[in-house]
Amino acid sequence: MSRAALLVLADGRFPAGGHAHSGGAEAAVKAGRINGAASLEDFCRGRLNTAGLVSAALAAAAALGVDPALLDSAADARTPSPALRVAARRLGRQLMRAARATWPSGELDALARAFPKGAHQPVVLGLVARAAGLGPEDAAYCSAYESVSGPATATVRLLSLDPFDATGVLARLAPELDVVARAAADAARNVVDAGVDALPSASAPLLEIGAQAHAAWAVRLFAS
Amino acid sequence: MHLDHTHDGASAVSADARRPDGSRRALRIGLGGPVGSGKTATVAALCRALRDELSLAVVTNDIYTREDAEFLLREAVLPPERITAVETGACPHTAIRDDISANLEAVEDLEDEVGPLDLILVESGGDNLTATFSKGLVDAQIFVIDVAGGDDIPRKGGPGVTTADLLVVNKTDLAPYVGSDLARMAADAKAQRAELPVVFQSLRTEAGVTAVAEWVRERLAAWTA
Ligand SMILES: Nc1nc2c(ncn2[C@@H]2O[C@H](COP(=O)(O)OP(=O)(O)OP(=O)(O)O)[C@@H](O)[C@H]2O)c(=O)[nH]1
Ligand SMILES: [Mg+2]
Repeated sequence: MSRAALLVLADGRFPAGGHAHSGGAEAAVKAGRINGAASLEDFCRGRLNTAGLVSAALAAAAALGVDPALLDSAADARTPSPALRVAARRLGRQLMRAARATWPSGELDALARAFPKGAHQPVVLGLVARAAGLGPEDAAYCSAYESVSGPATATVRLLSLDPFDATGVLARLAPELDVVARAAADAARNVVDAGVDALPSASAPLLEIGAQAHAAWAVRLFAS
Repeated sequence: MHLDHTHDGASAVSADARRPDGSRRALRIGLGGPVGSGKTATVAALCRALRDELSLAVVTNDIYTREDAEFLLREAVLPPERITAVETGACPHTAIRDDISANLEAVEDLEDEVGPLDLILVESGGDNLTATFSKGLVDAQIFVIDVAGGDDIPRKGGPGVTTADLLVVNKTDLAPYVGSDLARMAADAKAQRAELPVVFQSLRTEAGVTAVAEWVRERLAAWTA
């Protein structure tokens, strides 16, 4: 196992389709809820502690070896918006493709066969971390970081926000990312005994509603 | 049935020529080039020229709308289930070169759902002169420029003009109106591309897409040989 594999997996240029998704930022920009660095930070903090925490825990549980099919249903139950479920499965399928070429593994092949149109992205991410020799904490970090790096990058494109300001937002969120990743990994370890109901189920209604509205727009830059 | 110890390549690495069931996948040809040069018009003309002899599908990569796909649907160049639009997150060159996952998914879904296919045309959203397709996504690429975009584009070169398997200089009918020197464009293209082919075409004339369609047939013959 190599810890550096985490850098490869968490790199924003890892070719797994994320560049076409804004993590809800496009809808929030249009609604005026993100209009600069300060409101981007608020948005990211909210997403980190809700959707970010849930996906980090799912990823950590998958990395621990919890049955991915159970985790996938748990992810469905925690994602009320059909548009977000579609996006999560699409990204899961795209990550699966990149990962099978990068870290070939029997477990990934089995999941690809069980979910040919894609399992939820955090579940795939956890299994990919496992295939790369990484642990549950690593998977949680990667997922939690993605939950804020996606909207930050998208906002640079959407608002022509100064890229240094966007990166500053991510740096300021780092201590909170530590807390969320640790909480997610703890929750995942509980799943081993207590089942998937031990996973967090924090949710952000505006992210869900915004995603539904966004999916119906005729003109948009991002797929979600 | 697949065995656990094999990493059945085709669905993992999509440059493989075989699909998971062992059959040969479709030839994939990318069309790139600046905004408005005539990529969609060329795709539409190719579909009309080839659809009676080949099983065809199209993937479009629009920047922020579904206009290219909707144009092809409206023109009814192919049945709707053979046309897929990919969303590119404001970065068309990323979706065709740096992170091709969404496009690979689209071509594979087309083969699964309407296959077997002989040929899939992948149109990039209009971009700049450096946009090229990844070899993991397409087997050959056509770069489409037009005479109205300035007759110095072949001289400027860039990865698209210099390295594309076929350079198409479109809208030659407009040359007299915009003062473009076709002979100079041909000489510059020759200097940039050496032996790589160049086609001058106008889709507003009788010959239309004939030369490009012939080039596609040759690529397909080589692919299935
Ligand atoms: N005069 C003339 N017009 C052409 C020709 N080919 C295409 N056009 C016109 O040029 C315009 C742009 O063509 P498209 O095919 O949409 O160009 P495109 O490269 O797909 O454009 P984007 O996808 O927006 O980058 C349309 O109005 C076409 O009808 C040609 O050979 N001659
Ligand atoms: Mg077009």
